[in-house]
Amino acid sequence: MWIDRIVELERATRLVAIKHVSMAEEHIHDHFAPTPTRDALPVMPMSLIVEGMAQSAGILVGHAHDFAEKVILAKVAKAELSREATPGCTLRYTATIQSLNETGASTKGLVELIDPANGYPDGSPAQPEVIGEIDLMFSHLDRNLSGAEYPEENFVFSESFRTLLRSSGIDTAYPIP
Amino acid sequence: MPQTGPVTTMTRDEILEKIRDILVDALAVDDDEVVPSATLTGDLGAESIDILDITFKLEQEFGFKIAQGELFPESMMQDEEYVQDGKFTPKGIDMLKQRVPHFDFELLEQDPSVENMRKILTVEALIRFCEHKLQAA
Repeated sequence: MWIDRIVELERATRLVAIKHVSMAEEHIHDHFAPTPTRDALPVMPMSLIVEGMAQSAGILVGHAHDFAEKVILAKVAKAELSREATPGCTLRYTATIQSLNETGASTKGLVELIDPANGYPDGSPAQPEVIGEIDLMFSHLDRNLSGAEYPEENFVFSESFRTLLRSSGIDTAYPIP
Repeated sequence: MPQTGPVTTMTRDEILEKIRDILVDALAVDDDEVVPSATLTGDLGAESIDILDITFKLEQEFGFKIAQGELFPESMMQDEEYVQDGKFTPKGIDMLKQRVPHFDFELLEQDPSVENMRKILTVEALIRFCEHKLQAA
């Protein structure tokens, strides 16, 4: 998973999730590995920040229909990021539903960065800084235009999604198909 | 700023301008490419998810709701009563005229291949669709 916890969820409206960027993540060591001419530069790949927003917004869209739909990312309408996220920082994803119908959804997303290096001299913690916007389109797979059929099981919202929901205190009393 | 309710007093040119803005945003095309004769999937490169994107944007911009299949008759394509061997049946053509009257059916009447739906899904069809929706509001 590319988010650690869901901290707010307003059904069919808004979801806020956070992701702690850690030096323990293996990919950080390759992104970017040292070269003969420069030191290593460990930063969270921006493509994975897009994936974090896709998971946040995808859960919001899935939750709107009690995870009965197979929600897949179909289009990155906009992705703008102005700052890198380095180990020790926290990313905060706020996804809001712009439109939702039987066939899919469009979402708007705000990416914020909380950098502990930006705390205040009086000891108060750093405040989130807006570093980008990611707007996405999702399709409900079983209602695709081609009429293609897929397995009944909802393979999109797999066990790792359920674990995230459970550990975030989200009610999953209803069974995910 | 999206409208909050149907915009009922718009000229054809005003509708085209709004559609142009929507298609430039949704399809990343240049505004001079968005002319009435341009086809969405051919000339402007729209894919199926873009049709949903455009549907949402039309709803937001014009303030009306669009039911599934109202803009593009996707559900008919899998119905053997309406489509056989890749061609619309006469009943299918009649049903299209009822469900999506904003299309120009001249080409389909000459050659009822389903493939030709791509050629009649034009900017002009979107303009007529919006005109119908706004008049009905």
